[in-house]
Amino acid sequence: MRTDRRAERVDVRKTYKLYVGGAFPRSESGRSYPISTPRGRFLANAARGSRKDARDAVVAARKALAGWSGATAYNRGQVLYRVAEMLEGRRDQFVAEVVDSEGTTARRAESTVDAAIDRWVWYAGWTDKIAQVAGGTNPVAGPYFDFSIPEPTGVVAILAPQESSLLGLVSVVAPVIAGGNTSVVVASEDRPLPAISLAEVLATSDLPGGVVNLLTGATAEIAPWLASHMDIGGIDLCGASAGQRVELERLAAGTVKRVARAPESTPDWSADPGTGRLRRFLETKTVWHPIGI
Amino acid sequence: MTAANVEIDGAVRDATSLRAFLHGLPGVDEVGANARAAGLATRSIKKASKVWALETAIGMVDLTTLEGADTAGKIRGLCAKARRPEPSDPTCPPVAAVCIYPDLVAAAREHLAGSGVAVASVATAFPSGRASLSTKLADVRDAVAAGADEIDMVIDRGAFLSGHYQRVYDEIAAVRERCDPARLKVILETGELCTLDNVRRASWLALLAGGDFVKTSTGKVSPAATPPVALVMLQAVRDFAAATGDRRGVKLAGGIRSAKEAVRYLVMVKEVAGDAWLDPALFRFGASSLLNDLLMQRSKEATGVYSGADYVSID
Amino acid sequence: MSWEYAPAPESRETARLKSSYQMFVDGEFVDGNGGAFKSVNPATEEVLAEVAGADATDVDRAVCAARRAYERVWGPMPGRERAKYVFRIARLIQERARELAVLESLDNGKPIKESRDVDIPLAAAHFFYYAGWADKLEHAGFGSNPRPLGVAGQVIPWNFPLMMAAWKLAPALAAGNTCVLKPAETTPLTALVLAEICQQAGLPPGVVNVLPGGGDTGEAVVAHVDVDKVAFTGSTEVGKAIARQVAGTRKRLTLELGGKAANIVFDDAPIDQAVEGIVNGIYFNQGHVCCAGSRLLVQESIAGDVLSALKDRLQTLRLGDPLDKNTDVGAINSAEQLARIQELTAAGDAEGATRWSPSCQLPDRGYWFPPTLFTGVTQAHRIAREEIFGPVLSVLTFRTPDEAVAKANNTPYGLSAGVWTEKGSRILHVAQRLRAGVVWANTFNRFDPASPFGGYKESGFGREGGRHGLEAYLAH
Repeated sequence: MRTDRRAERVDVRKTYKLYVGGAFPRSESGRSYPISTPRGRFLANAARGSRKDARDAVVAARKALAGWSGATAYNRGQVLYRVAEMLEGRRDQFVAEVVDSEGTTARRAESTVDAAIDRWVWYAGWTDKIAQVAGGTNPVAGPYFDFSIPEPTGVVAILAPQESSLLGLVSVVAPVIAGGNTSVVVASEDRPLPAISLAEVLATSDLPGGVVNLLTGATAEIAPWLASHMDIGGIDLCGASAGQRVELERLAAGTVKRVARAPESTPDWSADPGTGRLRRFLETKTVWHPIGI
Repeated sequence: MTAANVEIDGAVRDATSLRAFLHGLPGVDEVGANARAAGLATRSIKKASKVWALETAIGMVDLTTLEGADTAGKIRGLCAKARRPEPSDPTCPPVAAVCIYPDLVAAAREHLAGSGVAVASVATAFPSGRASLSTKLADVRDAVAAGADEIDMVIDRGAFLSGHYQRVYDEIAAVRERCDPARLKVILETGELCTLDNVRRASWLALLAGGDFVKTSTGKVSPAATPPVALVMLQAVRDFAAATGDRRGVKLAGGIRSAKEAVRYLVMVKEVAGDAWLDPALFRFGASSLLNDLLMQRSKEATGVYSGADYVSID
Repeated sequence: MSWEYAPAPESRETARLKSSYQMFVDGEFVDGNGGAFKSVNPATEEVLAEVAGADATDVDRAVCAARRAYERVWGPMPGRERAKYVFRIARLIQERARELAVLESLDNGKPIKESRDVDIPLAAAHFFYYAGWADKLEHAGFGSNPRPLGVAGQVIPWNFPLMMAAWKLAPALAAGNTCVLKPAETTPLTALVLAEICQQAGLPPGVVNVLPGGGDTGEAVVAHVDVDKVAFTGSTEVGKAIARQVAGTRKRLTLELGGKAANIVFDDAPIDQAVEGIVNGIYFNQGHVCCAGSRLLVQESIAGDVLSALKDRLQTLRLGDPLDKNTDVGAINSAEQLARIQELTAAGDAEGATRWSPSCQLPDRGYWFPPTLFTGVTQAHRIAREEIFGPVLSVLTFRTPDEAVAKANNTPYGLSAGVWTEKGSRILHVAQRLRAGVVWANTFNRFDPASPFGGYKESGFGREGGRHGLEAYLAH
């Protein structure tokens, strides 16, 4: 923040809102909470999402599912690559936000943002390959053509990592949507600003509205509503607090959700992501058909 | 009935409606049909039910010789065997019929007089069917004139496979008219039709044209009678009866040599078409060597010891 | 003219039934502390044998034995050597197939033709298939250094007792895990013979442990702190309880739960085969099949034809002595299950659906329920929503493909589905839209060790069979 005596211009600050169904609403609750740097400098007020915002986000994600999961894998790859392109173009903004959010050095933030951009590229390339790697034909002992293909689980709730505000977020969201799922993401509670900016990137990246829905606010407040929501197929507990994980997993059991447990220690998000997160929210469908004349 | 949403009335109005009818029949999934046939083959037929099946099967045999080398002497032997398959056992039933070439019908007629065993004659330029309609009809007329009770005609497979269903229909109908009062068996030669869909269509075509029986094969082409083919033909007569109230028969011919196979086919007849078809009027085996195996198995059931080839007569 | 098949029973002596069975822990048959219970022949209510029940202390012993075996023997053993033990088990099952089949039919009530032609051959095939994976795990697509998880606690149901044991044990062993298997309370016998087969195969002690018992025993297996992996097949209700139980632990979990599969018959279906598929879909194994085609969705334009053909076909089903080789429909596995079927079918009557069964004589003793279908069922009926797990078909109709798919998917379950049409593009269209782990097109209830099987939604997660089936037992 510069205060130049000669140019008395006051900068225009951004209002950080939720991202639901492709739009940027405020929380229906009207609540917000202050976001600061790790050193305590005020950055902005973020919307404090409520259970009703979560509910609306699930509705938006469900509505978007048929279109997104039904899109060709090639198309999904193009969209994800477009996200990388847009992110690259706003690299400096994200570097600044990561510095502010994570209190890290500019150099480290640059490598984090670069890694986040590269992660979109990685998953953009996977959309039209995972089916061949995870699926295939099955040589059954009979006159049947039998094949297995991966399909998206459906609507997936993601509690984004609390520490890694951008790279961690991208690392958990990109694989979920690369596989054709739609998502309801709860951003890092204390470091939500890069997430909201990412939402702005997503909104301008050909990603259909509702594929990613992003909530900011208190993770512990929103998470139980997602874990118990009957229209959600899976949940990633990455950003859940240690004290809440058991409760959330138990709630998720109520509809046999696929649960990605929180890692035991903070992951190295810069490491090779592999396909583990991509496979986590994919279902294997096996189809049989007789071979005859 | 199973031949879903097919209207029989009007099916034979013209070539177009006939074609529409035959192609409107439900398809047959080969793997599913094979599995059903194989499933029926696992029925375990023991004791009294086996004895009944063996005797019933004997009474369903069309004892057959269709060789270029057939002679009056050969026919005499065949007829003797047909009348008394088990010379030492008067309780053994006679077979249903002998099945021979037209020129030998008169001889067979003579040998079978008063026996109740019918004389069936192949006709219509058997086995290829490659002759003019007039030649085929002359063939039929000769056989009937010589005293044949049953005519086993062949369809024109070439016409069928090239989609000229009306020509096949007309030919069957013409033979049907000419062979009266003999009963008509229509040989589809399923080994040349290749698909079960074709077997189903050809069966319906033959039934619509007035065949009393649909019959699998000439015995000159392999494969001949197979369980899936039998299954589809039995379904056809079952569905035809459900649609019209008119029960027609099935004759399996070619390749059936063991009593075990015959009993399995009777299981199929019972469970697919129904008990009503367990009758020589509605079900036949065209066979030669099958009869002796039936006799040997019958002897085993009666005596408890396995029989040998020298204890049954060759024709 | 009527031709009745003479009785053709398999000899029950073949089963080599013993008056009592012990549990199998650390390579030995021992008495349990949980109190003996009786296994009953559901076809006659006759007590077949006394079976040692396991309590929590037995579970602890078994898990400790499995841990020891994992750390000292089975884990370090080269895959190619592990493979040979698993191959041996496959062969021994084949050698003792007839004994196992008769024993299975006695204990479970299923027709001998099914235990003989389906359960036992598939159990052997499953071991044979996974044996070959033991020394090829790095090629399975789960990373270059796939490692076993450790001790697997496995709880299986009563509908395919030996086959379910094979589905659980074979991939676990091939991947290098050791196992504590809890067979169902009403059907423990073949799993205990399988334990004997493990002995005959020379499998090192502790690699496989078999603990008979009821729900408490299963709970103790799932709860044991030294179990690394829990695999469960059974009801969705119990599956949810298990998922709650393992919440917050490091235990890996796979669940294969209930289903309410739709079997969709289009107007251009191969009708005769579709009828067979409907029959096989719901009356196979008395409908005690999680992937049973319990909802028939038939296109309205052919509903009458299909129903009349189906009814004709059902008239030929032979219900009775499970050991008779000509029996098509055997006994309901337990009084408890029979009561559930009766309750749900009564609900079907009460809700206004029309019940139909072929005329068939039910035996005086034992647990029996005739093949039954309900017409006039809607998606709002309990019999269209709840898993009956019995020989009861709910018949619904549809008008368009979209309606068929919507109705098929309108359930919390998602294990399997069937689609019947001769039009290839329609099959692929519908198969793609069905939310189910297995889609049988122009066939139904086919199983193969090479083919991944498992559910969407509340039918569970994880796959059994094929390369995919290894994932549940590998750390990667």
